Amino acid sequence: MKGATTVAEYRLEMRDVVKTFPGVKALDHAQLKLRPGTVHALMGENGAGKSTLMKCMFGIYSMDEGEVIYEGEKVQIKGPLDALHRGIAMVHQELQPIPERSIGENIYVGRYPTKRVAGMQLVDHAKMYEDAAKVLKEVHLNFDPKAKLGTLSVSQMQLVEIAKAVSADCKVLILDEPTSSLTAAEVEALFTIVEELRKKGVSIVYISHKMDEILRISDEVTIMRDGQYIGTWDAKTLTTDMIITKMVGRELTDLYPKRENVPGDVVFEVEDFTSINPKSFRDVSFQVRKGEILGVAGLVGAQRTELMEGLFGLRCHNKGKVTYQGKELKINRPKDAIKNGIAMLTEDRRATGILGVLSIADNVSIASLNQYVDMGIVLNDKKIEKLVQDNVAKLSIKTPSSKTQIQSLSGGNQQKVLISRWLANDPDVFILDEPTRGIDVGAKYEIYCIIADLAKQGKSIIMISSEMGELIGMSDRIMVMCDGRVTGFIDGDKANQENIMELATRFE
Amino acid sequence: MKNNTLNAKSVKTFMSNNAIIILIMLLALAVGCTTQNFFTIRNFRNLLINVGPRFIIACGVSGCLITKGTDLSAGRMVGLSACLSAILLQRADYADKLFPGLPEIPVFGGLLIVLIIMAIFGAINGSVIAFLKVPPFIATLGMQTIVYGLCSVITNNQPLGGYKSSYSQVANGSIGPIPYLAIFAVVIGLFMWFLYNKTRHGKYMYAIGGNEHAAEVAGVNVAATLIRIYILAAVLYALGGFLLGAKAGGASTATGFGYELEAIAACTIGGVSTNGGVGKISGVLVGVLVFETLKICLQFLGVDPAYTFIVQGLVTIVAVALDLRKYLAKK
Repeated sequence: MKGATTVAEYRLEMRDVVKTFPGVKALDHAQLKLRPGTVHALMGENGAGKSTLMKCMFGIYSMDEGEVIYEGEKVQIKGPLDALHRGIAMVHQELQPIPERSIGENIYVGRYPTKRVAGMQLVDHAKMYEDAAKVLKEVHLNFDPKAKLGTLSVSQMQLVEIAKAVSADCKVLILDEPTSSLTAAEVEALFTIVEELRKKGVSIVYISHKMDEILRISDEVTIMRDGQYIGTWDAKTLTTDMIITKMVGRELTDLYPKRENVPGDVVFEVEDFTSINPKSFRDVSFQVRKGEILGVAGLVGAQRTELMEGLFGLRCHNKGKVTYQGKELKINRPKDAIKNGIAMLTEDRRATGILGVLSIADNVSIASLNQYVDMGIVLNDKKIEKLVQDNVAKLSIKTPSSKTQIQSLSGGNQQKVLISRWLANDPDVFILDEPTRGIDVGAKYEIYCIIADLAKQGKSIIMISSEMGELIGMSDRIMVMCDGRVTGFIDGDKANQENIMELATRFE
Repeated sequence: MKNNTLNAKSVKTFMSNNAIIILIMLLALAVGCTTQNFFTIRNFRNLLINVGPRFIIACGVSGCLITKGTDLSAGRMVGLSACLSAILLQRADYADKLFPGLPEIPVFGGLLIVLIIMAIFGAINGSVIAFLKVPPFIATLGMQTIVYGLCSVITNNQPLGGYKSSYSQVANGSIGPIPYLAIFAVVIGLFMWFLYNKTRHGKYMYAIGGNEHAAEVAGVNVAATLIRIYILAAVLYALGGFLLGAKAGGASTATGFGYELEAIAACTIGGVSTNGGVGKISGVLVGVLVFETLKICLQFLGVDPAYTFIVQGLVTIVAVALDLRKYLAKK
């Protein structure tokens, strides 16, 4: 199919796209060439401009410069609806579901089939549900289109989102990190659908950070760095290392730092910890040593985050005992946990971590303000500034000044600011929930070094991660959870993908 | 070359970020040049007197706005506190005294009682918002109506007058050319600046506005902070109402009508974002000054008061729209 005529060679071409946001050049002469009937992986670190480029293609952003050639013609895509009409569909990284409405309505929202009754344009519900059923079948989903979307799991909603794209009878389909919330089996199902669409001649743009997926399903790979186009290669000629090198722009020798921490005595103990929600964590018992990194593995839905939020006082529990050095801790809200020397980096940095519009200084100091009070009331700005500068230097946070808004920093630097926030309280136990999620390959290594260093200083670390490599590479021990229960522990040096997955899938 | 474009761009950003302020200042300039008596000490003093109590009220509302809330009960609370002050501080020999049996109360004592009573309403607002999680818009809208009803009941819908001269003096006196009302405003302004910038309460307030969930994770007592904010707001409305009553020499259930909207408009013009987490006391002052300047301009132009309301409403909506545009522009 490749290169039959010059017109048909590419389904869609983006040339020299420039897009500037206040203070950042997000796209700097980026380009992309999509052939019909291929899966085209778009790769780059976070902030490389992949999502921005796709939003330009889908008409969510308007380009400052550059052009889009679609089926041989120069076009201007005015907005998402225009894109859909032209046959370009996008499944967003962050789902935008309307949980209280039916699956059918979610698929056809904004473009409901209509009929004329007594001169009025009304929604044709019968046709909508009929069409929805057909589309669902196409993506192998066996749901009643009249059911509320909210009754589905996150991964099922993701598939509905794909059904929505299919329903637009698209010629170009953009999948922005579609597998981030899917289990292995669901990923397989998704790949089957992708394969079928490819056979129908659909051009698929596939954005993902998971190298193995990319190498498995894509035909071509385009790599971006800092908003610029680096190149396009045949996927067969690439290896994981080559992709990473091209993405980062330098060689990465070691993925994980050498750990020098020596686990000591057991200090933090959890016994029979059980949620008030019967479907959530239950009868959880574990111990963490001083200076130990305990990895926590599990599939989506294993209730790992819920367990940690429970320990930190963000969720309620009705049974269980938490002790530190033999002393029982009463934790009903985050404030209690902090007072008892526990710190927690939450999973979703944007939603529950950063104070976006506030400065680095405010973000670093917010959890430890009591330490900088003079005369019982006045905050000592000098002490706060010193704390911030110390941490900026110690964790090498890249920021123009301590007054910069945290939301303008990269993910890795935001994470370091949040770590500084907790370091100011000198906690004994660090709970880290997906500490490197949404962070560049390069910055990940720095975060690993910080974690290793904390353990070396004698902090007890509990680290949830969904990246197997990270868990195996960083943990002294790994606790595996399945469906709210702890199903086993594995020593770090004996852990591998197989024995972790075996425990993670031990459903009752 | 590059520098030039940057400058042109920064000028443009400044203009669009302060569009309303610039437009109203241009209007004031035009009005001042075409009418007589605009640029006079008298008119300026008049501006200060109008700004004083409104700035104090706007300071109260600013805390609610910074935490992504709002307080629609502000105006009616001002009215109730003006009426309460009137009741407590009527002359003993005044023929129409509402409660003739009420003992003589010193002005400061009257103020204290009013502040305490209004603080209770603020605590109710704050608790409903913090514990029952009622959206601030609804909670304070309900409170607005409750307070208005209470005010009608207490005053029998009668306008109140006949103040003690010591009470009237609070608002009408001056030190040299500077009216007492302006001095009250300056003191409150300094206090609020200190509170917002130098205390834990201030930092917690901005944190909640920036991201309530993240603030909670960081150990901020969100409920207590919100309740403190709404109590402080109510106390400031009480002070505002007390001063307005003294200035007018009378109060009725109509006192304070629409002040919440003026305060919200002034805050937004002054850069307090309804998106939360952003806002300065200096900005609030600029906002109130600009908004009052607009009103004086309209007076000088002889605009019918009915039209004045229309203009004020429009300015409020435009101010919020422009503020939100700053965040939309980032897309």
